[in-house]
Amino acid sequence: MIAFADVSKRFGAEWAVRHVSLEIAEGEFVAVLGESGSGKTTLVKMVNRLVDPDEGKVVVAGEDIRATDAVQLRRTIGYVIQQVGLLPHLSIADNIAIVPTLLGWTDAAKATRVAELLALIGLPDVAARFPDQLSGGQRQRIGLARALAARPKLMLLDEPFGALDPITRVALQGELRRIHKELALTTVMVTHDMVEALTLADRIAVMYRSELRQVGTPTELVAHPADEYVARLMGMAKHQAEQLAGVIA
Amino acid sequence: MSELLRGLPPLLAAHTELVLVALIAAIAISLPLAIAVAGKPRLALPVVTIAGVIQTIPGLALLALMVAVIAGTHGLGVRLSPFGFPPAVIALTLYAILPILRNAITGLRGVDPAVVEAARGLGMTQGQLLRFVELPLAAPVIAAGVRTAAVWTVGAATLATPVGQICLGNYIFAGLQTRNWEMLLAGVIAAAGLAIVLDLILGAIEHALARRERPWAAAGVLVALLVVVLAVLPRLGGADSNAPVVAEHRAAAKVTHLRLGAKTYTEQYILVEVLRQRLAKAGVAADVAQSLGSTVVFDALASGEIDAYVEYSGTLFINQMKRSAGTPRWRVLVEVESWLAHEGIRSLGSLGFENAYALALKRTTAERLHAKQLADLAPHAPELSIGGDYEWFSRGEWASVRAAYDLRFARTATFDPSLLYDAVARGEVDVISAFSSDGRIAANDLVTLADPAGALPPYDAMILLGKRVADDPDVACALVPLTGKITVELMRRANLMVDRADDKATPAAAAAWLLEQAHVPDGC
Repeated sequence: MIAFADVSKRFGAEWAVRHVSLEIAEGEFVAVLGESGSGKTTLVKMVNRLVDPDEGKVVVAGEDIRATDAVQLRRTIGYVIQQVGLLPHLSIADNIAIVPTLLGWTDAAKATRVAELLALIGLPDVAARFPDQLSGGQRQRIGLARALAARPKLMLLDEPFGALDPITRVALQGELRRIHKELALTTVMVTHDMVEALTLADRIAVMYRSELRQVGTPTELVAHPADEYVARLMGMAKHQAEQLAGVIA
Repeated sequence: MSELLRGLPPLLAAHTELVLVALIAAIAISLPLAIAVAGKPRLALPVVTIAGVIQTIPGLALLALMVAVIAGTHGLGVRLSPFGFPPAVIALTLYAILPILRNAITGLRGVDPAVVEAARGLGMTQGQLLRFVELPLAAPVIAAGVRTAAVWTVGAATLATPVGQICLGNYIFAGLQTRNWEMLLAGVIAAAGLAIVLDLILGAIEHALARRERPWAAAGVLVALLVVVLAVLPRLGGADSNAPVVAEHRAAAKVTHLRLGAKTYTEQYILVEVLRQRLAKAGVAADVAQSLGSTVVFDALASGEIDAYVEYSGTLFINQMKRSAGTPRWRVLVEVESWLAHEGIRSLGSLGFENAYALALKRTTAERLHAKQLADLAPHAPELSIGGDYEWFSRGEWASVRAAYDLRFARTATFDPSLLYDAVARGEVDVISAFSSDGRIAANDLVTLADPAGALPPYDAMILLGKRVADDPDVACALVPLTGKITVELMRRANLMVDRADDKATPAAAAAWLLEQAHVPDGC
């Protein structure tokens, strides 16, 4: 579904992404894990061309996206960010229907789709409200619904649950996983939360200092860390789990 | 008072039109500019700075500057008139740009970057981003800027009178100069009322935008106000004398309608009425453009914007011909007339009196100092203060009178001409630059000092006619009989009738009185 072929990006003298190659299969849930400044967000923004690589190429659904129109491409890819970015002057229904509106859907088609999505995310009654009347968790669900509106096959999420309280976060993580499965999506999620990556993703891509250090299933990463950084990261996860087990027992 | 109220609607309509055209133009310029530079701090700073510099130019100066700029560029290639509406609207537009531009930039920059990123990520084009996200979110801030600009512009537009644009300033300038406080107040209150009404409507629009409601209701009120002001008001009140018929009649072969000019003081208001009443008697209608700046009025005549006004020989000699003082009276008249003929302007000759600059002081002061002529003042000048009108201290006459009599005053002070005579009578200054035909010299018990060296040039009042009417027999028949008929004594008394505090006459009444006293024969 997505193939990064030796992509690099520099902002001024700073490397943001350095010679990264990565393939993501259709239907896969991949977490791009890293600390802030590791280049993980830049890497994912290359998929919907919010960032274009200086070198290398990105192929999405078999097409080199440099040859596609960026605006058209984005309308086929779901995109969710941490701050959600709902338009404060539009109702929830209008917010969810933004991409269908840009694509010229009829009002009836939009209304049906909005109702479907509100049911999917478990907020059937908020269509007429405005963003500032919702809680943070509700807003992020709307962000998710908005990204799904035009039935994309590919979803990009940039730290979608980073600003939420733990209970809301866990609930939403569960729903994301469910939706991913139900709609047979390919999902790429940027996160700095190790537990989130380990529990949600089929595979994890670890970014460190603008380089891709290792790609693998959670089990692989824990069992066979490729380098010291990954080993430390996984060691920390194990350590935390043991501590947690001690507290809970 | 009812006369005042009847004259108000056309002024209010013209004022509103001026303000709205300037505001719309300012929005049309500022908004695209703000959109272009909002994301580029390195561009935005100089742009806002330039707009800020324009804002610091005093309103009157900016308006006068536009007259010069338009005249200098020959109408910017599209034959704009350097007189009236074009310079006024351009200056006011420049004036209104800053608040709108600054607020638009602030508003656009204030849009949450997360919202912008999400919108781009969803696949909005740059134009859609602007239309659906940035402009709607910045709209309340932009509307607040328009509101500020509207109030400023209503105020600044009152200064458009001296460049020949009809507006509420006509009441304010004429009221101030003739000390007609009712007229002044009528102008001021109308301007304040207009500012308040515009502010309320724009405030309602801003509120609606901020609450993300459709602001159509308030916008509807604004449009309704426009229709009333522009369509209904001019038909009320002095419709016949203010109708914009100048252009139509210019094409007509026979002159049936004149546009007369007057500068910003009482004598000019009276004399233009004298001209108008004489023309009316001869069956020629005339509009009056009042309170024009002293050089604006001559340019207006030269360019055909007005057809006639009363000028003073010395003013042309010094200001237009750039000559210096010290030339005898008869030679000044001869040289001025031949210069005018060369410019295509016809002079009908002197009205019979001079309105020259003269230094005046209280009779008691003059007696104490034994001052009869200017030279007598020289030994005392270092202990005396002198007051002058706005122009006096930068005019050639001031330099030449100082040089001729070696006058070094301790202090100079600038006053509005209408306040000068009171200032010297109350002792705020010792000497003033007075006008020799002003009735307040005698009324305030002032004396003028003789000028044996001829340092102050002669100022014979003369009627000037522009090209369009220079050879018109009806106009000549109406105006030629005035020449030589108005003595300085008559002019002083007529001026005093208008200027005095009690039992004031209107300039029109003073003009009628003057015509009667001067025994001007009807016809040629």
